[in-house]
Amino acid sequence: MKLDKRQKKILFILLLLCLLTPLGILLPLFFNAGDAWGEWSAQTLKDLVGYVPEGLAKYSDVWKAPVADYTLNSGDSSAVHQSGFYIVSGLFGATVTYVVMLLISGLIVRNEK
Amino acid sequence: MHIPDGYLSPQTYVPLLGAFVSAAAVAVRKVRKDVSARNIPYLGMAAAFSFIIMMFNLPIPGGTTGHAVGSAVIAILFGPWAAMIAVSVALIIQALIFGDGGITAIGANCFNMAVFMPFIAYYTFKLFSGNPGSRKRVSFAAFFSGYVSLVLAAILTAVEFGIQPLIASSADGKALYCPYDLSIAIPAMALEHLLFFGIVEGIVTAIIVSYFLKNEPGLIFAFRKGVKNEIG
Repeated sequence: MKLDKRQKKILFILLLLCLLTPLGILLPLFFNAGDAWGEWSAQTLKDLVGYVPEGLAKYSDVWKAPVADYTLNSGDSSAVHQSGFYIVSGLFGATVTYVVMLLISGLIVRNEK
Repeated sequence: MHIPDGYLSPQTYVPLLGAFVSAAAVAVRKVRKDVSARNIPYLGMAAAFSFIIMMFNLPIPGGTTGHAVGSAVIAILFGPWAAMIAVSVALIIQALIFGDGGITAIGANCFNMAVFMPFIAYYTFKLFSGNPGSRKRVSFAAFFSGYVSLVLAAILTAVEFGIQPLIASSADGKALYCPYDLSIAIPAMALEHLLFFGIVEGIVTAIIVSYFLKNEPGLIFAFRKGVKNEIG
């Protein structure tokens, strides 16, 4: 697979975007904004409504994600460290996504025109 | 908009998974027919773009956060079926590796953001863009397409959250899954997306579509001739 000039340029822009992803944790921190609506942890939900729904308690830990919440150490309170983890997660996740999508499209697409 | 595990009852997430899998099966056939092999690198980049843009959590000061999804621009540039596959790949990797969105909710999240949203976006764009109209008109159509599709996807997600108390509660009346009903979920999700996140999706969509209209207009799926742009 050969990339033309524009495609290389776009790939470079995507790389830059990865380096900017810490804005996605620093801006919410700065403006004191919490979770997205409906994405609270069981504990946060308990603080909100006074109880943890039974089914939610049962299912909420059904999967242990290897890099949960895009961080390598959720206990680290340093914004600088978290920004670093976030960039690494972004680069890693975007690369995996890119490669998987290339493989899937390569298998699907037959049309050379 | 990434529904975590435990918020949806099996009565909700199983049918949505079924709907997503059926749609994906059609998408494979459609993409095989309509997408050129030359665009494969772009499809990879589109999926990666969707992954990255969803990491930009934007704050409502003192409130919640949200983000753009990228489904609208991908649908306009590469067609809604290709967008479905690209955004699904991003969402599934987010769930499996980063725990963003539940495993049980993969079907629901893919249905909302990767099936429903790109189709709304694509047909909204087709409706308003002319074929193609002036640059200004195309930019506006792209903005509006991103805006409307994200807002409607958010409302659909809110409906899935909001019907949970109706579906399942314990004997003492406590919800088993998402505890907020429609009267709370819909206004909360609709307002934040109407006033803020939808505008961001709109701007992102307009900027990128304008870039391709200027530099590589032949690539834009929504304007290609000879492609059957109907669902069937």
